[in-house]
This record gives sequence, structure tokens and C-alpha cells, in this order.
Amino acid sequence: MIGLGLPRGFMVTLKNFLRPAVTEQYPDRHVGLIGAAKAAGMNPFQFLVKKPADSMKAIAGLATVPVAVKQSARFRGNEFTFFEDRCTACASCAKYCPLGIIEIVSVPGKIDAQEGESYKLDVFDIDIGRCMFCGLCVEACPYDALHMGTSFERSRYVRDELIITKEDLFDAPKRPSSFYRPQFEEKGFDPFAETIEDFHDAGRHERPSDEDLKRKWVDER
Amino acid sequence: MAIRTQPVTVNLGPQHPSTHGVFRMRVMFDGEEIVDVEPVFGYLHRGSEKLAEERTYTQIVTLTDRMDYVSSMLNNQAYILAVEKLAGIEPSPRGVWLRMIASELQRIASHLVATGFLLQDLGALGTPLIYAMRERENILDMFEMLCGARITNSYLRPGGVFMDAPSEFWPALDRGLNDIVNTIDELETYLSGNEIVFSRTKGTAVLPKELLINASITGPMLRASGVDWDLRHRAPYDYYDRISFERKLHTASDNYARYWVRVQEARESVKIIRQCIEQIEPGEVRPSFDDVPRLIRPPVGDAYAAIEGSKGELGFYLVSDGGIAPYRMHVRASSLINLTLLRDMLIGGQFGDLFVTFGSVDLNMGEVDR
Ligand code: SF4
Ligand code: SF4
Repeated sequence: MIGLGLPRGFMVTLKNFLRPAVTEQYPDRHVGLIGAAKAAGMNPFQFLVKKPADSMKAIAGLATVPVAVKQSARFRGNEFTFFEDRCTACASCAKYCPLGIIEIVSVPGKIDAQEGESYKLDVFDIDIGRCMFCGLCVEACPYDALHMGTSFERSRYVRDELIITKEDLFDAPKRPSSFYRPQFEEKGFDPFAETIEDFHDAGRHERPSDEDLKRKWVDER
Repeated sequence: MAIRTQPVTVNLGPQHPSTHGVFRMRVMFDGEEIVDVEPVFGYLHRGSEKLAEERTYTQIVTLTDRMDYVSSMLNNQAYILAVEKLAGIEPSPRGVWLRMIASELQRIASHLVATGFLLQDLGALGTPLIYAMRERENILDMFEMLCGARITNSYLRPGGVFMDAPSEFWPALDRGLNDIVNTIDELETYLSGNEIVFSRTKGTAVLPKELLINASITGPMLRASGVDWDLRHRAPYDYYDRISFERKLHTASDNYARYWVRVQEARESVKIIRQCIEQIEPGEVRPSFDDVPRLIRPPVGDAYAAIEGSKGELGFYLVSDGGIAPYRMHVRASSLINLTLLRDMLIGGQFGDLFVTFGSVDLNMGEVDR
């Protein structure tokens, strides 16, 4: 009805005005005295007595605490998790990358090798300055050696620093995302709380059974 | 006494916040009236069709994300349908249901963006846009649960999707659908009866039905003129033939009708998702790698598949020469074709309606220029 539209519209605005805000502060959130004391692990009175300067700052509204961004466990982030013991340097990931930004150089290893030993990785560079985090490399990896990471904060001033080398991958925090790795989801692994240091704990996705392998490589030949 | 005016040519864009991307218009005004418009586009051209010629069929999924970046899932779906037709792939039922849910969610998100920005163009700076974006944020969160990305999803694969939905997705979807219905109700409360919206959008940029059909305009723009043309109904792809939904039509074919059709379609999408949730069955989400390998080599030939995208008929045409990459890929970009009537819509209109009309086409420069 003409004439009622505007007041009704303002009622909606009023209702939304009274709703809690959905805005997320990033990277820091302003806190008052109570929040600052909580972040320091004390109760407000202790905080007032022990850290008067900080409590004054908090009362003035200047104290901040870092925010943990809500992410899902499948988040395709940029700190790739890599289990070097599993990698056979097969270069499937490099072939599957739509942008061709993974560089792999391998050297022959021992003759009667264990899993992950027959070829040695010499170079494993990912130029994440051009990476689009599509995850196709992770999908292609037949040995579950490469996983997407969950972090997203990797801004640098120089493009060259965005090339992740083998050493970077070895040292990176092992917080694999469960993207294309249903075994993590089955285990209930939470990449924001735990890490996986040993590749034995990481499990395997769709590993063919021994019968399947025999059928494929022996019986059908 | 009439004020004497003389024609002035104004250059709008490409770096103008109201042009929904990098779009340039050379507009000639006579006073407040628009006498001539010359659209110039191509500023966001990235050569996706050419790039596709040297990528394998799975890798191209990542390129389609970046064409219309507010409806990536729908682009994925159109492309995957073309690949499946070309290579004769039989998709897995659960994968199909999942991709229908995902693409209907994406349609809601895209219509919310269109409506929010239409209001932004009307001069309602910020508030209604943020209401729409708040709801879209929930949908993007659901996408993050499904596939790990919010905008550039790359969720679909030939034959289905790459991974089943996680267990936390279904409760989130349930909650999300209720929220979406509430938001649309709210949106309609403050818009569909709003006198300012009425006076600004009713009767502006009216396009006759015949002209729309002749220019092969599709999507909400066509349905706003009363033509019952929806590919989900006319040429059902995936499992849309097992779904019942209403096609909402308006007859005025003005800016208000286009807005109205989008909002009603978002409502219908919610109903479609509810039906999908009822009918989805457990199972594999994609065929095994023995049937559909990562490196697909379709037989020599060509295929065209089209879906009802959020902006109109979105089609992919693929030609295969038997190799691992398509010989040629062509995209029927609905935004580009819907843009062709821009002159007819704008000439004779007022300066103040320029961006409203432009926004009511709901175009995305990423798709126009590709
Ligand atoms: S995430 Fe995608 S773009 Fe990045 S390295 Fe892997 S395959 Fe290449
Ligand atoms: S990371 Fe995986 S795909 Fe890449 S070389 Fe190592 S084993 Fe092969």
C-alpha cells in the first residue's frame, strides 16, 4: 500500500540495528578491560594491579587482541604441507598444475629402495606468487605426500620470497587441510588445533588393496 | 521557459565504481537526457578461451571459475556438462545432486549481489547492500565447507564433484536456507513496497518482448517481460526434470520487473534445494578413475551444453580433436549478450537512471570480457 512502504522499511532497518553485528575485525580486535585481562590470563582486578599501564590502555579503548579467523577444515590455504618421506618425485603434481608453477628435479637414489627412496628430490619449488590454490596438485599426488595448508597470511614485499622451496616445505608447520584427504575428516583432525609431524599418522586416501594391485598388475597382464 | 542545452559527451569508466568492473561508456547527454551511448569493453580480457586450448579438460575447470566470478559454481556446471556430453561420461547420481545444490546456492548468492548492487546504484549507499552481502557470506561459508574456497570454487569434476560434503555441511545448509528465506522476506518488506524504489524503477528502461527475443536475451531479463523461457524447465539438464518449481514471470519488463524476478527466483531456488536434499542418496560422488581418468581424451567431435545461469543461458561449446586438450572452446556468455541492448535501454532515459539500468542487466565484466 502506498504510504506504508517507507515506515515498514525503517522498521527493518531498526530491527537490524538491534541485531548483533556480524562484522569481523581483522587482524586485531579492540577489547575493553575485561577482554584484555582475559587475553593476559588474569581477572580484571589482578590485571589492574599488575599491569596498570596496559589496563589504562584497555580502558581508553586502545587494547587489541589478535583474532582467530573462522575457517573450515577444507580451506585451501597456501602453506603446503609436505611429507618428504612419502614423495617419490614422480612429478604428477607438476604435470597436473594448470599453471606449471611446480618445479621438480630428481636424482636416482638407491637400487633396492623402501617407499619414498628410489628417487631423491633435488629441487621442489612451488611459486605460490602465481598459485591459485586450486588444489589440483594435491588431487594428483598418488602417495598423499602433498597437502594443502590452512594458513593464508603470506604477504611479502618481494615476489621471489613467494617461491616455496623444498626446505621451506620441510620446515613449514604441518597443518594439512582436509581438502581431498577424507582420511583426516574421518579421524576428526582439526588443523587449527593440532599438527601432524609423522607421515605415518597422516593416513592414506584410496590406497588400492593388495588384491586390486595383484589383479591390475599380475592377473590382467 | 525551457533551458537551452547542448549535447555534451562524457566518458564514464573504465575505472568507475558503478560500472561493476572495468567497463567504459561514452555517453552523450543533452541536459539530463541521454542521446547516445557507446559501450567499450575488453578491459578485463584474459583470453580464457585461448588459454583453455592448452590445458587438459580438468584443468579448465579452474579457468571457468574466473569468468563470472560471482557465480563460479554455475560456470563449473555448464562447463562440466559440456565435457560430459563430449566425452560421453555418465555422472554419479550423488555428484549430480551435490552440484545442483551448490549451483542453486550460487544462484541465490548471485541474485543477492545483483539486488544489493542495484540498490547501491539507486543511491541507497551501503545498508541494503550489506544486508544482501551478509546473507551471501553464509553461502560462501558453505562453499568453503564443501570445497575449501569461497569464490574460485573449482568444485566440479567431469562425472560429479571431487569430494562428498562434510558432515557439518548439512546442518549449516538447513540453517542457511531458513536464514535466506528470512532475508528475502526482509528484502521484500523494505523494497517491494518502497515508494522510492517504485518511482525510480517502475517504467524505466522498458524493453519490448519482441526486441528481447530478437536480441537473444535470456535469463531474468527475458522472464521479466513475460516470456516463459527457463532452460531448467525447457531443456532440463542434470536432474531438474525430477524437481518441480515455479517460473516467476513479470510482464512490465522494466527495471522493477527485473529486480522482482530475481528475488522470486531466489525463493524458488530455496525450494529446489529443499527438494534436492530430500532426494539425495548416499553413494560415490564421481565415477572411479578407471571409468573417468584424470586425463580425458574425448573422441573427435564437438558438443554444446547450456544451463540456466544466474544471468541467462550460459553455454560452453567444445571441439575435440581427440587430444587431451580441447581444440577450441567457446563460451556463450550471457552477460555479454544481455549487454547488447544497452543502447536501447538507455537512449531517451535520464542521467540518474543510467547506472540503475546498467545494474539491472546484472552483468559481470569478468564474463563479458573473459
Ligand atoms: S594449487 Fe593449483 S596452481 Fe597452485 S601449485 Fe597446486 S595445482 Fe598449481
Ligand atoms: S608430491 Fe606427490 S605428486 Fe608430487 S612428486 Fe611427490 S609424490 Fe609425486
